[in-house]
This record gives sequence, C-alpha cells and structure tokens, in this order.
Amino acid sequence: MTGKGGTGKTTVAAALALALAAEGRRVLLVEVEERQGIAQLFETEALPYEERRIASASGGGEVHALAIDAELAMLDYLDLFYKLGRAGRALKKLGAIDFATTVAPGIRDVLLTGKVCEAVRRKDKAGWPVYDAVVLDAPPTGRITRFLNVNDEVAGLAKMGPIHKQAQSVMRVLKSSQTAIHLVTLLEEMPVQETMDGVAELRAAGLPVGAVIVNMVRPVLLGDGDLAKAAADRSAVAVGKRRTAVAKALSQAGLGGARRGGVAERLVDPLLAQAHEHAQRVVLEREQRAEIAALGLPVRELDLLSDGVDLGGLYRLADSLRKQAVPGITYPAALVPDAQADDALDDDVEVDEDVDVAADDILDDDVDVDMHVPDEDVADSAADDEDA
Amino acid sequence: MSLESPLLEIDPLLDDRKTRIVVCCGSGGVGKTTTAAALGVRAAERGRTAVVLTIDPARRLAQSMGLTELDNTPREVAGIDRSAGGSLHAMMLDMKRTFDEVVVQHSDPERARGILENPFYQSLSAGFAGTQEYMAMEKLGQLRAQDAWDLIIVDTPPSRSALDFLDAPKRLGSFLDGRFIKLLMAPAKVGGRAGVKFLNIGMSMMTGTLSKVMGAGLLRDVQTFVAAMDTMFGGFRTRADATYRLLQAPGTAFLVVAAPERDALREAAYFVERLADEDMPLAGLVLNRVHGSGAAQLTAERALAAAEALEDYAAENAAEDGTEGAAVDAAPDPDGGPAENLAGGGIVDHGAGNADSRQHRPDSTDEDDGTGTGDTERLAAGLLRLHAERMQVVARERRTRDRFVSVHPEVPMVDVTALPGDVHDLEGLRAIGQELAEGQPAAA
Repeated sequence: MTGKGGTGKTTVAAALALALAAEGRRVLLVEVEERQGIAQLFETEALPYEERRIASASGGGEVHALAIDAELAMLDYLDLFYKLGRAGRALKKLGAIDFATTVAPGIRDVLLTGKVCEAVRRKDKAGWPVYDAVVLDAPPTGRITRFLNVNDEVAGLAKMGPIHKQAQSVMRVLKSSQTAIHLVTLLEEMPVQETMDGVAELRAAGLPVGAVIVNMVRPVLLGDGDLAKAAADRSAVAVGKRRTAVAKALSQAGLGGARRGGVAERLVDPLLAQAHEHAQRVVLEREQRAEIAALGLPVRELDLLSDGVDLGGLYRLADSLRKQAVPGITYPAALVPDAQADDALDDDVEVDEDVDVAADDILDDDVDVDMHVPDEDVADSAADDEDA
Repeated sequence: MSLESPLLEIDPLLDDRKTRIVVCCGSGGVGKTTTAAALGVRAAERGRTAVVLTIDPARRLAQSMGLTELDNTPREVAGIDRSAGGSLHAMMLDMKRTFDEVVVQHSDPERARGILENPFYQSLSAGFAGTQEYMAMEKLGQLRAQDAWDLIIVDTPPSRSALDFLDAPKRLGSFLDGRFIKLLMAPAKVGGRAGVKFLNIGMSMMTGTLSKVMGAGLLRDVQTFVAAMDTMFGGFRTRADATYRLLQAPGTAFLVVAAPERDALREAAYFVERLADEDMPLAGLVLNRVHGSGAAQLTAERALAAAEALEDYAAENAAEDGTEGAAVDAAPDPDGGPAENLAGGGIVDHGAGNADSRQHRPDSTDEDDGTGTGDTERLAAGLLRLHAERMQVVARERRTRDRFVSVHPEVPMVDVTALPGDVHDLEGLRAIGQELAEGQPAAA
C-alpha cells in the first residue's frame, strides 16, 4: 500500500488487513517507516520488532503486526541468511549497521523488502504458509518504485554471492502476480498527479499495480441541480430572488426573521458562499475522478470519517473495502486486473490465482456523484436536464 | 475560539534583513511547498532578494514559477512585482547533480572521475532514498555561501520522518568518524592481500565476512569508493557541520507547516520539541487548510434540525401537488442583494440559466412549470446540511488545534483558509501570502 503523504495509506493498509482477516485469513500487517502508525490505529502500545497479534476477526481470521526496525532487521537478516550471529554483532560495534541502515539508505530498503518477502514465504512445519496475506504499509508514492526495485539495483551491483541471489529472489516475489501494489489517493490534484506518475513508474519498472483507493471521499450534499443553482447563476435579479426565497425558507424553519437584516436573512450569504465552495470542490473532484478512471485500474472509494479514524472507524473502512470487492471474489488483496499464475514461483505462498477482477466497476461518474444525494435531488437534477 | 496562541507575524519576519534563511518543515501533504513558494513571492514583492529551494513541487506549481527544467541552478521567476526592489529566484533540487558537484569541488579531476564512475557511487547518488536530505542541506549551504540572495526559503524533503533532514549532517558526521569506514578503507589502502596480515584477527574476520555477504566485487567497489572519497570527506564533514550550525544561527527561522489534522499536528508537535532540543530557532506554526464559516452563529445541530423541518415541509408539499406553499409568503425583497456571492460562479457550467426558473414558486408564478414544488425548501435544506457539515469540520479542527495549543501555548501560529482547489499561479500564491501576513483567524 503506497500513497502520497497525508492520504492515509497506513489507515487503508490496516483496513485492508482487517478486511482480509474478516474472511478468515491470517494476515501480517507490516510497517517500515518507524512511525508506530499501526499501534496508534489499533490503539495499542508501541509495537516491538516482533510479530504479534493485534486483532482477530470472525471466521478465525487474525491480523498480526510487525513494525520493522531497520537496525534489528539487519542483524536478523545477517543471522537468518548468512548465519552471522556473532559477526553481525561485531559489525554493529564497528558502526557498520549504522552505516548500512542510515547513511546508505538503499541498504535499508533491501533489508525491509527482504524481511517482507521472508514473511511471505515463511512456512510452518507442515509446509503451509504461515500467512495467507502480507500487507505492507510501504513508503510514499514518490519513492515506492525505487523502494521496491532496490533489489534490482543491488543485484546489478553485487554480481554474485549471497546478496545477489537474495536480491534476485526478492525481486521475483515482488514482480510476481502474488504482489499487488495499491495506491491510495485523495480527490485532490496533487495526490492524483502523484498517483498517475507513480503508476507510470511502477508499470515502467514491471511492478504489478493493483487498485487505486480513493480515501476520505467527502459526501456530496447538494444534488446536481442545486449545485448548479449555487454556482452558476449570474444575474443580479436571479440572485436577489433566490436570496429572498432562501431567507424565507430559513425563516420558516425557525431560524429567525427573513426581512433584510433579520437573523435568517443574514445567514443567506454565508450559506450560499459555502454552497459555492462546495460546488467548486465537487467539480474539481469530478475532474480528478476522470483522471483516475483513465488509468484503467480497479478503483475503490472510502468515505471520509468525519470524526477522525478511531478503532471503530477502521473496522468500518475494512467493511467498506470488503463490500466493494466483486462478490464471489475471496481475495481482495489481489485487486489485480490480470492475475496470472506464475509457475516459476515454487517456494511462495499459495494464493487464489483465479482472481479475475477485470470486469471491475471502474468509476462511473454519474453513479458516484449521486451516491449521497437524497432522492428528491436526483429527481430535481433530472428535471433540470429536461428544462435545458 | 477556546485556546489562543500568539499570532505568528509573517511580514516582520520576512522584512527583517537579519532573517537570512526560512526553513519550512512538516509532514507530507500539508502544503509545505506551496507555503514556501507563497513566502518567496511575498518576500520578493516586499523588497527581498529571495530564492526558494524546492524539493519536489507539484508540476503546475513548478510551471507557474517557471521551473520547467531541473538544472540545479536558481532561475528568476517572471511576473514578480519588482517595484519594491526585490526579486525571486527558484530552483528544484537535483540530487544527483548536487552530489556530483560536491565530488568535483572537493577532489582533483582524476579522483573525481574515479568516484563518478564508481558503480557504488552511481547507485548512492542516483538518489537512494535519504540522499535527498543530505543534498538539500548541501544545496542550502551552497546557496548561502554564494551570497547572491539575502533570503533563502527552503522547502524540506518529503521524508519518512519530517525530521530526517535535521539528522542528515550529524549522521554523516558520525559515520565519518566511525571505525567502520576506516575498516572499509584499510584493505584498499594497503593494497590487497599484502595488507591483510597487518590487520588484527577481528578485522580480517570482518573483511572476510563482508566479502562473503557482499560478494567480492561489490566489496571492492565500496572500498574503492570509500578510498576515493577519503580525501574529500574532510571537506564534506566540515560543510555538514557548517550547515548544521547555520540552521542554529539567529538569521535562520523555522516554520513548521501543518494542517489541522491529528497526524499532521502530532508531527508538528514532535518537530517543535525537536527544534528546541537542537537549539534551532522556531518562528512559529503555519496552519494550512483551516475551515471557517461566515455563519458560525448557526450551530450544526440547529442547522440540521431546520434542514429536517424544511425537507418535511417540501415532502408534504410535493404530496399535495399544486397546493401553494402557504408558509412562504412574505413580500418579495425588492433589493437584488449583492451578486458577488455567486459571481465568478461559472465553474459549474451545466444547468446554468435554467436553475433559477423553478425555485421562486411562492412569489413568481409566471415561471411555474408545475414540477418544482418545494424546490426552495430543498435548496435551503441542502444549504443547511452543508453548513452543518462545515460546522462539524470547524469543531473537529478546533479540537485538534486546541490539543496542540494546550501542549505548546508559546508557539506563535497563523491560519490559512482551506481552498477548494490547489494553487498553481502567482496570483494564488500572492493570495496565500496575503493571508499568511494578515493572520486573521480563519473565516470563510
């Protein structure tokens, strides 16, 4: 899960993990940016560098969480892959770990992606994957391609030896159909632009792009007709008439006098100004939706939680993600239009490969804009069209 | 307003000739770059010779400032009002080029070529995540040393943590002091196997280990790289330290940029504390994207109740189609009212011209086409619901803000009103600069 800063990618990653767990899966939710965002979301104490269960769901599903600490990951990694327990600690003493995890941040990315792939491949004694799905709260869109592709670069630098091999095997997992890179965006210009750029970069690097998840979608509170009224009228006479009529309606609703200078009358201008802003925003959002739709990717929308994201809200988002998956599909992580099985991958987690979400509901402008509009307004808007 | 902070006064800060560097920092997605650009425009138009160093501007914002190419050199921004004697330059950071410049500057040509061609260097400088922070600080040092501008405004990189760039110079320093680097350099210096015997057991075990882990080829590349960098490290280090001290100097002002959201303000609070720890001078907090309302006297609850009443009424009316809206029969207001509220409203272009026709039923039967009974009520109800939503946003933002103010009551703050869209021209930047300077509490 990636996304521009401020789009809520950690929240969406957590919601996806919950959604997957709700279908009975054992899910690992991984955080790599050392921010303890997962702990905050799940309202638990800071996560240590170890996998622990943070939520369970009906149907036996569980979410485990891991906050990767780059330094510990390095020691872990050296130990795991190169059997360097003591030497690893010696390296730490010498400052090599500091060097690797901070000064040469590329190495940090190698560790983080390596750790994630290790979790994907881990099997229990009976040979079953330990986790059915791994959800990674990844770095932001601006550096996601470099982050995921770092092993390609490393494999090029280290032309042989264990690092080379390890790097190649991580890339195999990341480029396989088991991986889906989802991008979180808002219906705002910069995040959408960054999403477009990010998708282009990921595609160019041969990394599998999943879905676009539009987060914090705000309700459209006026129907098309009212939006038009709020935004489009230009003549002073028409405006004056409308002001008067609205003032009367407000007065009628018990909000004070409609006469000039009356309590209700004084509300009219600010209310119309807010409607005007709202209308502007709706138009901008439509443009952004069209841009997103042009990517040809599956799109999901999550409503803005107006009171901020608490634990309850997180579960509501998870629920919303589940409902938006096409019925019958049991693997929402693979929101990939073309999920072909990659037989070359012998040592990996088995997932439902016959996922076909190609016929997915790419956003339909009309439907979405009217999503939150009361029926009357839809009728109203239809009437407006006739008038035109 | 429940809790008050001192007002952050932007103009005195920008006008003070002793202010030489303004650093805008904060978490991603809070409008840091836009704030930096707006400050640059305002400072220039108030007579400063300013330069804005941006890291990753949105494309249209970059274009509006004439930043079409990444050539790592400040370019003058056209369209700035120079009547006060100021000017504005802007540049986007090109990390790789900055790194290359440092290498070339600090070593002889032959050594420089050796470094620039080293594969390890190429990967490192091509912008492995994190290099941005070092290079942003390096560029800041360069711009300051050039002394062509009397005010440098820096936008900080979108780091995983907003604090990374503060750590960059120190980290570099501690790395360069570290034994690891000496170890890495040892074999290359003494020349291959002949040198190994001079290393103690631990050391040779280490190089053996490294070689095993990294593969012999990579280790050699790294060693060559480190050896080649060796001579320039001294200069590098000195500069990193100098930049760090520059950030602590009285001529520097940090502006923490945030939005009234929990995460952004949490990061901002962390930043405020961190700056204090590092003796870095904090000027204050810019709170972007604040919502206000011109009708704040009407609470969300009353607005919702009134909206429901109107919707009930409209529904009733629709049911008895043809029955005139008896409750709405006050005399028409002869005054046309200010058209400004809706002027410039051509943004929604559909429905224009016909929208007006069906909502004055109570006092304009001439336009009555029999389809719109209760329209005005529904419009009014919609306006009220919109207002209720706005008031809820305002209340939430206030709570989030209050939490910050309770903990950091001493930090001066200024609000910038939320705009429906992004800013991508000088006019928009000027408007934001104006708002920053006026320091009005947000009100729509």
